[in-house]
Formats: sequence, structure tokens, C-alpha cells
Amino acid sequence: MTDDQPHCLVEIKKLRKSYGQVEVLKGIDLCIQRKEVVCIIGKSGSGKSTLLRCVNGLEVFQQGELLVDGLPVKSQDAQAMRALRQKVGMVFQSFNLFPAMSAGSNVMLAPRLVKGLPGAQTRALAEKLLKRVGLEDKFDSYPNELSGGQQQRVAIARALAMNPEVILCDEITSALDPELVGEVLQVIEGLAKEGVTLMIVTHEMNFARKVCDRIIFMHQGLVHEMGTPEALFTNPQTPELRSFLSMNHG
Amino acid sequence: MNSFTTWDVIRNLLLSVPWTLFLSAIAFVGGSVLGLILLVLRIMKPHSLGRAITWYVQLFQGTPLLMQLFLTYFGLALFGLNPSPLLAATLCLSLYAGAFLTETWHGCVMSIPKGQWEASSSLALNLREQLQYVIFPQAVRVSVPPTVGLGVQIIKNTSLASVIGFVELTRTGQIITNVTYDPFFVYGVVALLYFAICFPCSMWGRALERKFTFKH
Amino acid sequence: MSVLDFSAVVQAWPLFLEGLWLTCLLTAVSCLLGTLLGAACAWGRIQGPIWLKAGLACYVELFRNTPFIIQIFFIFFGVASVGFKMSAIPASLIALVLNLGAYACEIIRAGIEATPKGQIEAAQSLALSRWQIFTRVLIAPALARVWPALVSQLVIIMLASSVCSQISAEEVSYAANFVAGKTFRSFEAFMVVTACYLVLAIFLRKLLLWIGPRFVFGRMKF
Repeated sequence: MTDDQPHCLVEIKKLRKSYGQVEVLKGIDLCIQRKEVVCIIGKSGSGKSTLLRCVNGLEVFQQGELLVDGLPVKSQDAQAMRALRQKVGMVFQSFNLFPAMSAGSNVMLAPRLVKGLPGAQTRALAEKLLKRVGLEDKFDSYPNELSGGQQQRVAIARALAMNPEVILCDEITSALDPELVGEVLQVIEGLAKEGVTLMIVTHEMNFARKVCDRIIFMHQGLVHEMGTPEALFTNPQTPELRSFLSMNHG
Repeated sequence: MNSFTTWDVIRNLLLSVPWTLFLSAIAFVGGSVLGLILLVLRIMKPHSLGRAITWYVQLFQGTPLLMQLFLTYFGLALFGLNPSPLLAATLCLSLYAGAFLTETWHGCVMSIPKGQWEASSSLALNLREQLQYVIFPQAVRVSVPPTVGLGVQIIKNTSLASVIGFVELTRTGQIITNVTYDPFFVYGVVALLYFAICFPCSMWGRALERKFTFKH
Repeated sequence: MSVLDFSAVVQAWPLFLEGLWLTCLLTAVSCLLGTLLGAACAWGRIQGPIWLKAGLACYVELFRNTPFIIQIFFIFFGVASVGFKMSAIPASLIALVLNLGAYACEIIRAGIEATPKGQIEAAQSLALSRWQIFTRVLIAPALARVWPALVSQLVIIMLASSVCSQISAEEVSYAANFVAGKTFRSFEAFMVVTACYLVLAIFLRKLLLWIGPRFVFGRMKF
């Protein structure tokens, strides 16, 4: 499974994680290249969101190694986590925009506070990013004035504002009404085309097929099958993937 | 005669604690009776008496207890009565407690879902039966934790009765301080005694709140 | 029953006005400082080291389970007797601020602990430090959540300032006592002052409920 490629951007070696007595990740080995778009699919409970959340330290793993851009993820070290999270951005299923701030302020917050960029520069950056996600006229709107799809696009802009090496997308369309899913997927597709490294957990099979370079199918805490979209979707090797695809095709 | 030993001080303070508890108990009971009557009246005749009761609650919640005590004391005197501090304090604190208790309990009753009222009236129960068998049993459960909290509040507020001359723990502390000139120690012990009474009650109230939150 | 006679009392209105001024001053300063103290303590109780959490828990429980009059007596008389003499107004302020701080701490802490987990995770994912998360992401929505409860507590502190008259702080309750002593019209004097408090309480509540969404925690809709 692990290729001898020069310099994985995200390198996961024999990762194990348990919640109390229950082991959720049972030994994951993965290498994500720069500019690669990886989609992780699987049933709920397969550990896909947990794996994603380990990459930016929201979940703590017990065994194994996780390196981002060569640096190990050390969840106890606050300084190390702060440095890590400047390289790794995340977009959440429930958007998690800060309700007390406008869309523009949401995007501007981290670059200003963490990177210390001056105000005018941050504002220009925020305007540019909101334009990139198609919301240039919503700079001063508050999250409760935006639709779900618009909020999620602001959330993507917010993650982009830190100029991370890799962006993690944790089921970012699962909480959206069906007619709003398209606008968000369009933005992600745009990012993929521009060469942004993405790790995407999703249920949207058609999207995964279209946009991803590699699909990872997780089952019961392990990487069960991995390959290009064509290989996996047209020729699933294992019965588990076959039954998963037959239930999720749509 | 001039020198009080430490034990003298503590003993005298301890002897005044029953008076604090006594006043607290009477005020709580008096306030509960009043609060319950007003609660039932408010439920049965929502519009006519509702306003008056709201004003009564706002009056006692929007003015300092200190002023209420003075007004009761001097107000009773106007009527020609010569009230003892105990009588004035009891009357005032009961009215004070009644306002807070009736407001809290009213909130608890109102928090019972409308469906309970509708279901019970569909079963042809009259108002009294609804209250007795359906509404109050549920409302009582919800109301126990905040009522315990109000009980603690009443115990603390008995300390102001000292200002109109009732000799409870605070007044005893003042009297002893005037003799020993050691306010740090005396008021320190007084504070610890109040703490010893109130803290367990507060903890109990919190435990009850946790218990009732899970059961729902 | 003797007849009520307000004339002598009403003539003393300048004294009442001076007292009201001090009442308002005590209220304003103690509300501001007490809320800040409460927010700081809430932060300490949630994020602080063990010894700080324990110390703050003791402070909060002590001030919430003892009467205010004893707290102010201890500060004014007790602490003075071991060396730190202070006049009535500083002692009143210290007592009011410490008292409000304890209550505000619990109110604000409840507001912060009700923050949806996703907000905190999003802020962490953006590499914000814990202090930045507290000040930029947590505190404003927390205040919005608990604003009515906090406003009620601030009104209670305003009413509690009447107890400061017992250490001779010359606020409006003290003025009432003074006028009662001079005119022998105790009931009338206290009536006037009680009416003042009632008006103040209603006004303060309305003012704070108006100020909150505009100046304290910004535009928030829940």
C-alpha cells in the first residue's frame, strides 16, 4: 500500500486509535502526495471521519505515526499543534461559522490573529477568497442571513485564508439540502483543478468519481480497498465494497 | 467580664444560629403558603388577579430587602402596633419569600407542556383535578432544585433582620464585635457559620437538579 | 393610625439626590468590574490549572453561601482591624465587585459551557490560541446566551448597594436613614427611597437589555 514516493505531504504509519475499549482505527498506512485529491468513503462507523480528525489533531491517536510535511503530529504540544494547524485546514459538516461575526470577519480572523497580517492586507485577502467561492457581495452578511450552501462556501474560504498545505473536508455536504450541494461541490472541484491537496470524506459518489485522483474505501477501521475511481467503481474487488457501492449509488 | 475567650465568642455565635434557622423556617413556610395561594389564584383567574400579583412580585423583586424591612417595621408602627423585630422580620421575609417562590413556581407550572393540559381536560377532569393529579406532580419535580436555592437565599437574607434589631447570628456578631474589638475573627466565624449552613443546602439543590435532569 | 406626611421628607430632596448619585456610581462601577472579574474567573475555572480551579471554586462558593452584609462587614471592619484601613466607598466597591464576580462567574461559565463543540473545533482548526478562542469566539455568544440572567444579577447588585448604608456609605439608603432621623417621618422617608429603587431597577433592566445586543456582544440572533 505504501509507495516509495519522494516526500508524502501527509504520511500515516500504522495508526491506531481507540475510544476507551473500542478500537476505531486498527492500523492505517497512507501516503498523500502534494496536489493529490483523495476521497475517503465507507459506512458510518468505518472510522473515516476519525482518521481525518487525527490529521489536524482534533482526535488523539494512541499508536503509530502521523507526519504532515515531514513534521510529526504531537497533540500534547500546544505550539506544535498551532504550527500544524497553519498547514492543515478543515471544513466541517456543520459549517461552524462564528455567529457573532460577518462572513468577511470569519475569513479574516485567523490570518490576522495567527499570522499577524495587517488589516488592509487581510481584508483584501478575504474579499479575494469570498469572490473565489462566489460570494463577493456577502462580505458583511452574518451567518444567520446565509443559506447552508453559502455558509459552507464561506467556511471553505475561511480555511483557504490560512493558505494551508492540505485541506480536510469532513462530509461537507451531508448537512445541506440537496439543491445546495452542487454549489459547494463546484467550489471544491475548482480547488482540485488548481492543485490544492484535499482529503475528502464524502457520501457523494458521483462527485468522488469525477474529482478525486484516488479513492480510499474504509471498512471497520482499516483501509479495505484503494485505487483510482475507475478501478474501484467499475471493478470493486471485495464484497464489502461491492455491497457499499450498491447501497450508495445515486 | 471584659475578656471574652475564643470559646465564649464561638459559643455565643453558635447559640444565635437557632434564631437564624427559626426565622428562615417561618419565612419559608409563610412564603410557601402565600406563594401557593397566589399560584393557584393566578392559574384559576389568569386575567383579573394576574396583574395585581405581577405588581406584588415586581415590588418585592425590584426593591432592596433592607428598605422592605424598614417599611414593614415603621409601617406597622403607624398602625399603632408596636411590632417586635421578630414580628416585623417574619412578616416582611414571608412576603419577600412569597414573591420569589410564587414567581418560580409559576414558571415551573408554565413549563409543563400544553399537551398535558389538553390531554387531562379531554378526559373530562376539572381544573382542580387537573392541577392535583396531572400538573402539580410534574411541576413539583421541576421546582424542587430552584426552591432549594431560594431557601438558601432566605437563610442569607435573615442576616438583614439584624438591622431592625432582631437578634440572630449577624446581630450577635455585631454585639460581640462591639465588646471584643476583633471584627476579623468574629465576622470570620459568622461567615463560616453561614457557609456551614448554606453550602450543604446548595450542594443538595445541585444534586437534585442533576437527578431530575436525567430522569426527564 | 397617624397620618402620612410627606412634606418634610420631600423638602430634603437634595440629600436624596446626592445619595442617588452615589448609588448609581456604586452600581455602575461594580457592575462593570464585577462582570469583568466574573468573566476572568469563568475562564480560570474552565481552562486554568488545578490549583487555580480549586481556588476559584472556593472563592465562588464562599461568596455565594454567605450574606452580603457579612461580606461587607468583614471587608470594612475585619480587614481594617488587621491593618488595611479603608473608607466606606472603597470597601463597598470591593464587596460589591467580589460578590458580583462570584455570581457572574457561574452565570458566564454556564454560557461558555453551552457553546456548541463545533465552534471550538473550527477555531482550533484555524490555529487560534486558547486565549484567542476565548476572546474572539467564545465570550460574545456566551454573554448573549446568558444576558437575561446576568442582567437580573446586575439588578440584584444594584439593590444590594443599599446594604452599604450600614457601613455609612452615603448612598440613598443612608440618606433615607438620615432624613428619617431628622424629620421623624421614617415611613415616608423609606417610601420615597423605595420608590426610587423601584424606578431604578426597572430602568436599569430595560437599559441593560437594550445595551447588550448593541454594544456588548454585537449582533446575535439565536
